[in-house]
Amino acid sequence: MAALCDGFTLCGLASGPSSAEARILSIEQGREADHVIVTDARKSITVYKVSDQKPLGSWTVKQGQTITSPAVYNTQTGEYVVVTDNKVIRVWKDEDCFDKAFKATVSADVARVHALPDSEPVVLFARGGVRILDTLLAAPQQSIEELLPEGEVIRWSESFVKGKQKVVVFTTEQKGEHFVYLHRFNPNCLLKYKLEMEDAGSCLLSVSATVRNKNISFLYLCSRGCLYQSEVPVSGGPAEGVQPLPRTLLLKLPVGDGHLSVAAALSLDEANVAVVGVPHPSEGTRKEFLCIWNTHFQTLQASRELLGQPYGQLWCFSGKLYVPHGRVLTAVPYDCQQSSLAAALGRLKQGHGEGSCPPPPVRSWNSLLHEAAAQPQRSTRGIDTRRSKLRKSQAASITVDQVLEDIKTAPGEDVEREVESFLMGAAGPDLQLAVGQVASQLVTRCLSDPSFYTRNSLARLVHTRCLCHSVCPGLLPLVLEKKDYSLVQLCLQHFPDIPEEVTCACLKAFIDVSDGDLEAVDIEPDSMSLMEDISVGWRKDGNLENGFSPVLLEDDGYEARIPPSKSRGRAGLLDLDVSCPVGLKKAVLLNEILQTAHTESFLLPHLKDLSVQQVLLFLRYLWFLYLKFSQDFNVRTSGLRSPTTVQIIDWVCLVLDAHFTVLVMVPEAKDMLSHLNKFVRSQVRLISELGKIQGSLQNIHKLKQSEDVGLYSIEIIELF
Amino acid sequence: MGEFKVHRVRFFDYMPSGIRCMAFNQRTERLALARLDGTVEIFNFSDRYFQEKVIPGNDARSVEAICWVANRLFTTGLNGEITEYDLENLCPKYSVDAFGGPIWTVACNALGTHLAVGCEDGSVKLFEVLPEKIRFEKNLDRQKGRILSLSWHPSGTRIVAGSLDVINIFDVQSGHMMQRMLVDRGTVNSRTRECVVWSVFFLSDFTIISGDSSGKVQIWDSHTGTLNKAHLVSKWDVLALSLSQDESSLLAGTSEGTVVQFQFLSPTLGASEKEWVRTRTFKHHTHDVRAVAEIGTAVVSGGVDTQLVVRPLLDKVDVKSYDTGLRKIQFPHRPLVSCAAKAGLLLFQFPVQLELWRLGEGEGPGRPGHSLIVTRKPEKLLQLKRKGEDHICCSAISPCGSWVVYSTVSSIRLHRLQYDGSNISIAKVPRLPKVLRSAHQLCFSADSSRLFVASSRSTVHVIALSQSECKYLHTFKSSSGSTEPMHLLAASADGRWLAAANRACEVHVYNVRSRKPHCIVPLYGSCPTAMAIHPSTNNLLMVHADQLIFEYSIEEKQYTDWSRRVQKEGLHRLWLERDTPVTGVTFNPSNASQFLLHDTYMFCIVDQRLPLPDQKAQLYNQLTLKSLSEQDRKSYSHAFKFCKKYQPLLCVSVLEDQSVVVVERPLLDIATQLPAPVRQKKFAT
Repeated sequence: MAALCDGFTLCGLASGPSSAEARILSIEQGREADHVIVTDARKSITVYKVSDQKPLGSWTVKQGQTITSPAVYNTQTGEYVVVTDNKVIRVWKDEDCFDKAFKATVSADVARVHALPDSEPVVLFARGGVRILDTLLAAPQQSIEELLPEGEVIRWSESFVKGKQKVVVFTTEQKGEHFVYLHRFNPNCLLKYKLEMEDAGSCLLSVSATVRNKNISFLYLCSRGCLYQSEVPVSGGPAEGVQPLPRTLLLKLPVGDGHLSVAAALSLDEANVAVVGVPHPSEGTRKEFLCIWNTHFQTLQASRELLGQPYGQLWCFSGKLYVPHGRVLTAVPYDCQQSSLAAALGRLKQGHGEGSCPPPPVRSWNSLLHEAAAQPQRSTRGIDTRRSKLRKSQAASITVDQVLEDIKTAPGEDVEREVESFLMGAAGPDLQLAVGQVASQLVTRCLSDPSFYTRNSLARLVHTRCLCHSVCPGLLPLVLEKKDYSLVQLCLQHFPDIPEEVTCACLKAFIDVSDGDLEAVDIEPDSMSLMEDISVGWRKDGNLENGFSPVLLEDDGYEARIPPSKSRGRAGLLDLDVSCPVGLKKAVLLNEILQTAHTESFLLPHLKDLSVQQVLLFLRYLWFLYLKFSQDFNVRTSGLRSPTTVQIIDWVCLVLDAHFTVLVMVPEAKDMLSHLNKFVRSQVRLISELGKIQGSLQNIHKLKQSEDVGLYSIEIIELF
Repeated sequence: MGEFKVHRVRFFDYMPSGIRCMAFNQRTERLALARLDGTVEIFNFSDRYFQEKVIPGNDARSVEAICWVANRLFTTGLNGEITEYDLENLCPKYSVDAFGGPIWTVACNALGTHLAVGCEDGSVKLFEVLPEKIRFEKNLDRQKGRILSLSWHPSGTRIVAGSLDVINIFDVQSGHMMQRMLVDRGTVNSRTRECVVWSVFFLSDFTIISGDSSGKVQIWDSHTGTLNKAHLVSKWDVLALSLSQDESSLLAGTSEGTVVQFQFLSPTLGASEKEWVRTRTFKHHTHDVRAVAEIGTAVVSGGVDTQLVVRPLLDKVDVKSYDTGLRKIQFPHRPLVSCAAKAGLLLFQFPVQLELWRLGEGEGPGRPGHSLIVTRKPEKLLQLKRKGEDHICCSAISPCGSWVVYSTVSSIRLHRLQYDGSNISIAKVPRLPKVLRSAHQLCFSADSSRLFVASSRSTVHVIALSQSECKYLHTFKSSSGSTEPMHLLAASADGRWLAAANRACEVHVYNVRSRKPHCIVPLYGSCPTAMAIHPSTNNLLMVHADQLIFEYSIEEKQYTDWSRRVQKEGLHRLWLERDTPVTGVTFNPSNASQFLLHDTYMFCIVDQRLPLPDQKAQLYNQLTLKSLSEQDRKSYSHAFKFCKKYQPLLCVSVLEDQSVVVVERPLLDIATQLPAPVRQKKFAT
């Protein structure tokens, strides 16, 4: 999950010569994590303390001079380095005045100075030469080799340190072709790669690179909206000549009117990419958006509308994105977490659950006719605000980090209390992130500390509906291990993404548990009452529908199901008074299993692990349910959460598929199989009858079709 | 029975006009309704809702309100005049200008002595009703804002007037305003629009009920001028109210097409305290309900969607009968299409024009249930605009297709057509005989040599037509002294007889050759809706509004045996319970024992040689007969052969080549020409 927080304006932008031209040369990391150096186009350099939104220092070049390479902070010496008029390198300290800065003029044009953490900055020359800054300053007039062919221009550059290896990478363009160069130090070598480009007409808009697992991963955005990734190893044998650089398409971004003109993409972590200047998928062709896309699930994670046109520039330092747009530079804090598909989709699911939707307000006819009259709802809104205020005040007192920290050490009761009060206050889109973190932390603690188990907190977290299995994969196995069946039931109800393996493990546990163990378990009353209804049935407790006693129906119903000749002798087979083979609570738990989402082919191998006795019991229970459901319409229309007939049949089929050969051999299963066979046969007969009816109904439909009569026709009719 | 070639005509784009207002005369059981084009129609509710009289409209006259004063009918309109109608000559009798700008409403006091009208300039004017005329008496105090609704207190001493945002109560004697009640503008979004009080009623217990444009029906106390209760019935306007005679039931028609009933009931059983309670909602209209009438046993409503709906109140009826069914009257009960059988031409009558069409031709295998390939398309030969501002009230084309005649309330125009298959020329016949001023019905003789004109005071003029001249021959006067207008004429094929039926249900038979009245068919209590004289036997066949069929032998001056048999055995129950009157009778030229009848939803061929269906027999038996073998059919078939394939029918006629012409006007085509309704029907609302 990723989220964009509320951004703030760091500084205004001086108006440039033309509105579309970038007003910021670059932003670099300052002395501290919270400092950034903003190099304005051509004239001034300002250091900001971001959290205070306030400038710490500012330097301006004289009239006639221009800044050609943005200022960087040399962490080794605590000095700033900037290049003016292509060849003059100026070095100064915080307290220095700009005029007093150390100046050195070099013999060739400098493209860029790059700062490296814990090492000297490197200087990249326009013709491809690379020097370490201090060696260059020692002999400023040394000759610089020309490595790039004529007409090849550097477009973008970056430098990295991996271990002891310093690397400078830069891209160049020549006649529409793009190349990537990789410069290594000690020994110095230069590798050249050719970027594969799309068909003509598409151009490269933005490049960014990150180091990941000894590889430099390039991310580049084309004007058609395609986001590609290529990887180059940081170290490796020097190769001769130009090598092609393979690419993978990460994401196809929506492009409103066919082409992007100014846009930038920046990789935030393995899965998340920040993009600016690309239209929001549901907002038409307007491009004033900053979005975070998840490349794994190809989903939009977060987006924020920007005021004014962005310039296709985007930087990221210490958890904040910096976007110049319109007349301001905005810093937007963001948060990226490992994402799961369920969480990515989870937002859609919110509010669909039966419990979460508010009860429909009772409306009078008058207000229906006059929809504008919405007065009755106003009062409740008032209460809401008061409540949410309360919530906010509590939330202010406790943060996620605090909770996470406490979970690691605090005793169980304290943790429960804290989680409770945290959930009271939390709301909004951040809740999903926070709940995931808290749940994972709790599970970790429970696993490491066997005596620690905060059932209430976990239940509370599950109840938020923000949790799913993939966010916290350890939860369900843990709960199962603790034999906390009511929480298992809760998880089964609320998690949309339980893997088939875990489902099967639950099933096994449920079948094996003795009814005595379940005595104490607290089961959700709704599903209990359903099972009570089913097992007792309407006939026994005389539960009448509208006061109507279906006595005749009861008798005739049996006869109609089976041919009269067989009904006597075989009554036992189709005796609908089968008693429930498992206890009530167990049945409720099994029902939950039946209702989980699953894919048959994934479930089958795990189902095979069940023992014959388990299979028989389960089949018997399914059989019982099926009988109840097919004979008693009330069960299905009770409105309670219950498995559907289709689900029951699916599970019967699955279990039979998994164990058929074994079952055929087991004498106890013989009766069961022949029952099932009977029922299948009767179902087949029913379906074929329905098919016949459908045929006739279709014919009726055909008869009814009247031909389209024009304004005039001459027809022949016959009267009898 | 046989095969018929049917010309199925759907190009008559007749468009009925929306209903503007109506008034029910409890004593005579007549409903007068005015349409948006100014046409006034009178329905006889005691005779199967038969559309008895139609007073054609006029471009200069619009009708905004209508009112009965005893048997006299008054309307007011935006031209600022009060018009009284001559219900015998079916034309306006006189108009009086009220000099107050457009008149939106008219109301008569309980005694029928005075009319009050509400004008655009905000004045309420009183007129004294005198025999033969009305006379201005006085103005009540003039207020700002037009007067849109008026109601007299039953005592005749007070008048309540609904205006914009306000309801005023006047004292009739002094003319001064006594109370002024402000009407709330309603919901937030309509707060800037003024609230129009479309309708008010003054009850004998001094309660006032109003319906307004913000969708409220409000109940006021006129003594204190306070609002007792407001019922919100619609998101849109409440356009019309109607109060039952005993002041126990009130209807409100809304822009949403609903009619809401309120009843004066005690809310708890046995309590004596009563209040107005909203009880029922009827939804039979798609558009604005502009007029409602509570007639005691039924709710009558009409509006922009042009149909008149009679919805019986089932709590007022004890037994299920013809009158307990829902009735929708969509089409006029008189023919608007005339057919020239010999020439294959159709004449369509619109209010302001006539259209002449030639039928197409087809060829092909012609198996039953199939269509022929149309080789010549139908062709519009002529469009004849009427002269003047009056709408056309009747028209006819001669069987040979060479004469076209139409009449308005002020003039008759006869045109001679010459058509040789490709060229058409039309010439107005100049200098018609002076006696021809207006006609209620027009008819040509079978050989096209005579024109019969049913004129005022139940007279029929006979005009001789020839190439060179047009000569007045004779006038048949009503021998019974009735002055009701003639609405049906039928001439015999041999040119000897002429039958004429008037609205007093009399059918006169004249001998055209001897120019003498021949006889009067015995009077029957229901109005004849269609009649024709058999071409070979000269028997007069009549169908009445109550669906009974009579056959009268002109020569023997008595009912025929078949007719007696029909009376004796009785017609089938389903036949009698049909909804719409028979509007056309024609004979099958190839079979003398068969005649064709049609109403809006069916046509049927009646074979006089076959047995009549008894009550237990299946009346609509065509499908059953189709499935039987030739032998079995004989035992099952009866005299009535129905065809319901073509609906709704405006005309069925038989051409000389024995093919049948049916003129259909699909309801969907009418609905698509209506303006968009204010509130679309949505699922589950």
